[in-house]
Amino acid sequence: MEAFTLTAPTDLDSALATAGSGNAKFIAGGTDLMQLMKDFVERPQQLVDIQNLPLDRIEFGDNGARIGALVRMGDGADHPELRRRYPLIAEALLASASPQVRNMATFGGNLLQRTRCGYFRDVGSPCNKREPGTGCPAIAGDHRRLAILGGSDKCIATHPSDLAVALTALDAAVELRSAGGTRAVPITEFYRLPGDTPQSETAIASGELITAILLPPANEGERSHYLKVRDRAEFEFALVSAAVTITPDGDDRIRSARIAVGGVGTKPWRLPQVEAALAGAPASEEAIIAATAKAADGAHPLPENAFKVRLMQRALTRALLTALA
Amino acid sequence: MALVTGLPLNRRDGRLKVTGRAKYAAEFAIDNIAYAVLVQSTIPSGAITGFDLAAAQQVPGVLAILTPDNAPRVRETTEASNPTATDVVRVPLLQDRGIYYNGQHIALVVADTLERAQQAAELVKVQYREGESQIRMEDALADAYPPKHFRNGARPPDSRRGDPEAALAAAAVKLDLHFVTPTETHNPMEPHATIAVWDGDGDKARLTVYNATQFISGTQKTLATLFGLKPEQVRVLCPFLGGGFGGKGSTWPHTALAAMAAQVVGRPVKLVLERKQMPSSTGHRPQTIQHLRLGAEADGRLVALTHDVFSQMSAPIIGEFSETAGLLTEMLYACPNVAVTHRVVPINQSLPTYMRAPGEAPGSFALETALDELAAAVKVDPLQLRLLNYAETDPHEDKPFSSKSLRQCYATGAEAFGWSRRSPEPGSMRDGHHLIGWGMATATRPANWSETALRLVFAGDGKVTVQCGSHDIGTGTYTIVAQVAADALKCPMHHIHVELGDTQYPRAPISAGSLTAASVSAAILAAADTARKELFQLALATERSPFTGFSDTDLELADGFVQVRGAPHSRISVPALLARNGRDRYVAMGSAKPGAERKNFSHHSFGAHFAEVRVDPDLGEIRVSRWIGAFAAGRILNAKTARSQAIGGIVWGIGMALMEETRIDPHSGRITNPNLVEYVVPVNADVPDIEVILLDEQDRATNPAGVKGFGETPMVGVAAAIANAIWHATGVRVRELPMTIEKIIA
Repeated sequence: MEAFTLTAPTDLDSALATAGSGNAKFIAGGTDLMQLMKDFVERPQQLVDIQNLPLDRIEFGDNGARIGALVRMGDGADHPELRRRYPLIAEALLASASPQVRNMATFGGNLLQRTRCGYFRDVGSPCNKREPGTGCPAIAGDHRRLAILGGSDKCIATHPSDLAVALTALDAAVELRSAGGTRAVPITEFYRLPGDTPQSETAIASGELITAILLPPANEGERSHYLKVRDRAEFEFALVSAAVTITPDGDDRIRSARIAVGGVGTKPWRLPQVEAALAGAPASEEAIIAATAKAADGAHPLPENAFKVRLMQRALTRALLTALA
Repeated sequence: MALVTGLPLNRRDGRLKVTGRAKYAAEFAIDNIAYAVLVQSTIPSGAITGFDLAAAQQVPGVLAILTPDNAPRVRETTEASNPTATDVVRVPLLQDRGIYYNGQHIALVVADTLERAQQAAELVKVQYREGESQIRMEDALADAYPPKHFRNGARPPDSRRGDPEAALAAAAVKLDLHFVTPTETHNPMEPHATIAVWDGDGDKARLTVYNATQFISGTQKTLATLFGLKPEQVRVLCPFLGGGFGGKGSTWPHTALAAMAAQVVGRPVKLVLERKQMPSSTGHRPQTIQHLRLGAEADGRLVALTHDVFSQMSAPIIGEFSETAGLLTEMLYACPNVAVTHRVVPINQSLPTYMRAPGEAPGSFALETALDELAAAVKVDPLQLRLLNYAETDPHEDKPFSSKSLRQCYATGAEAFGWSRRSPEPGSMRDGHHLIGWGMATATRPANWSETALRLVFAGDGKVTVQCGSHDIGTGTYTIVAQVAADALKCPMHHIHVELGDTQYPRAPISAGSLTAASVSAAILAAADTARKELFQLALATERSPFTGFSDTDLELADGFVQVRGAPHSRISVPALLARNGRDRYVAMGSAKPGAERKNFSHHSFGAHFAEVRVDPDLGEIRVSRWIGAFAAGRILNAKTARSQAIGGIVWGIGMALMEETRIDPHSGRITNPNLVEYVVPVNADVPDIEVILLDEQDRATNPAGVKGFGETPMVGVAAAIANAIWHATGVRVRELPMTIEKIIA
């Protein structure tokens, strides 16, 4: 990695002041950034270690929950009240990484982890995301793990997070703070599609820091399930994952559902067309299969990842039936 | 004294390893050491037209940047007749500007710290002229050719007996099947690493190398040749190895480059490969494409087998390696008409090499899956089919096996598994979302050994040190050597000290091909014989000894004493014997090498796998849920380390079956998963309880120690057993590894 300076401010204002200058990056658990720096994919001149900042609390109120950006994934997964109110989050966290990684990695950092695309992580390969304009070898190359939804002719890199998929289904928002103030961005607007500028991944402006994740209250009677499909039983990124919440209407109908998928999109992918098909539908396997068939609307499968269409539909069906059971 | 050989003893280096005190190659602390970092090509074919080193040279602490333009020339090796296994790979030694694969070494940066060397390496800019390239083996099959040095020239790449084509044409049942196995990477825990230290000049020059290797004397010979030294001027040390799996058998270019760099900068140099550099730098299991044809009678008796193997190769100028996947088809079943061919397919990839159970691992996936398909076709139980075609003698070499207990492996494994309760119909067992399937396969590997020398040093304190230029590659050699030596010398194990991994000790073969246990054990027995003979002579010649009137046939060595057999009060301790002769120690040399038994018998270890898998047919996920492996491999030296080897082999097989694949960009030839995140290997959650059954097998014919190689056998057949279980669960037949989700839900 390249040489860098390290500061470890203890208050938010000085962290934000430092971050605004030059080629600086915030670092918390470092589980992804250190890999990227060792591989020369990221080359910050300055690291701002934010682990001393008071951003590690989980708070609950009438308006839902506020999860500090520095809460460790492992602590979030073990938090009794968070598990009670939002079991989907704990499921997604426990399906992520390994206990060792979860003990270091934070909620904020998890949202900002970079794609696992092998071309992006190899400075010996072209990559439009890493070096705009150099091309995307994945489209005609190794793309088994890459996206079928949201890609462009510049980039089909998959967003790797499980947590962000669950948060997308839960209508979470990302709290951003800069020297100029605080704002909340809905997670569906937080991530950008690659389009012609795959290097631009999120709505974070220069000098802004994720300070919290904001969750609205769960719907009354809502059930949920996070299903992750992969070749290895643990410690592997999703080929397909499904985060579903479903609110029954009596015993035999579905009132509403909120649905997102992972491993298939260039960002955590919400599926409003499936939600619309489920709203008011019978709580039957047939109706669910009919609804999840719409999940691949607009998909652009490639030879090596075409199986994800069927796999995504089946994973959604299974997750919804599991949540209802 | 009760024998310790065979007991399930803990490995004696376990504490050293878990406390971090076992020193691996990169961990030796050397004064004034410098650090070298490799720069690798980013194109698959062509030539370098120029370097821009200005930015790299400006990094503080940079001592040298070696490129093909300034690197010292090495001597041509004389090993052109044997360019495969253990010889150096010549091309990426910075000797010219040619590029033959993506990831080829093209420069080496040396600096005073690792970080500075890494940063400077990143700043090396290279200009290329790109040449034509051939990346995909499938596209290059027309270029296939018979390997020129198949099994190092020991035999031709093809064989045939009978008339397989006519027998196929006339067969009642015919199968014509294609199988594919991918490129795989060894990925040992310990990265490849070399520390090179030069002392003295000219004829007095000495090169000391700490190298992560399965073959210290191979490294010694290669470096001596490349640098124009006598072998005794090169000392190679490797007391511990963090896994090799065949990938550390050859002396790969980075080892010579480290020595070259140390020569150039006049300081010791350490070169540790990064994980991402290893798949392109240190060999791999090549991709294979295999064509199998089976002909059988309606009852399942084989009448014809043909097995045509194509394996991926590099540009021939780099060397040659052929995956010997067809060899087990020659000998595993009694079939009168058999033809086997091996071809290599040159493409722009690095040189493949041996990887755990080379040949048999991919070959058994094809053969043992095909047997299962035949069993289904003729409606015979897969185990019965194998018994129906059981080879009592080696049908290829037409001679008896030194021992073969496969029938007992089948029976014991099947009983433990409950195989007789298997319903033949696929899809007949379901549990919730999961379909359950049972599959089995045969395991076999040649049991070889090789000439080995060692010495026993009897010291004044009564302890005996065994010194041997062999290796403990993680398998437990230190422990089994102590066990065998303790029994051979009839002394307690704690009297035995073991020293391995130094070319100053007597020469031993490469620790590969499951050679080590048999080879070193035979040498221990030989050295113990020498020690007894010489100590008895010394005792009889010693004045005022208690042995007056006895001859050497009356004496025995026990518990550190030379004593009269049956009269243990008439004895003298070895230290006392030495002292009375004015000596403070005694050294017994011993060596052993294979003899006529190699010609008279066929030598193989065998086993049987019984597997249960759970498959989610909707989501395609496959999990192995139960495993029984029953094996017979001659004398088991340590039931615990042998069992660990079996478990390790089966886990390797699970990875091969379900996950492992080195992914290669089809245009650039660049490896896209050179890491342990996307090169997926099993984790604990993927591994069920594995029951290993080790059968007692007396084999006096295979070698003096009765030991048959075992390290690789348990991996053979695992992928087929899983494929067969998947078929039994789902009815889906997968003939291409790894058997990932898309192959199930397709």
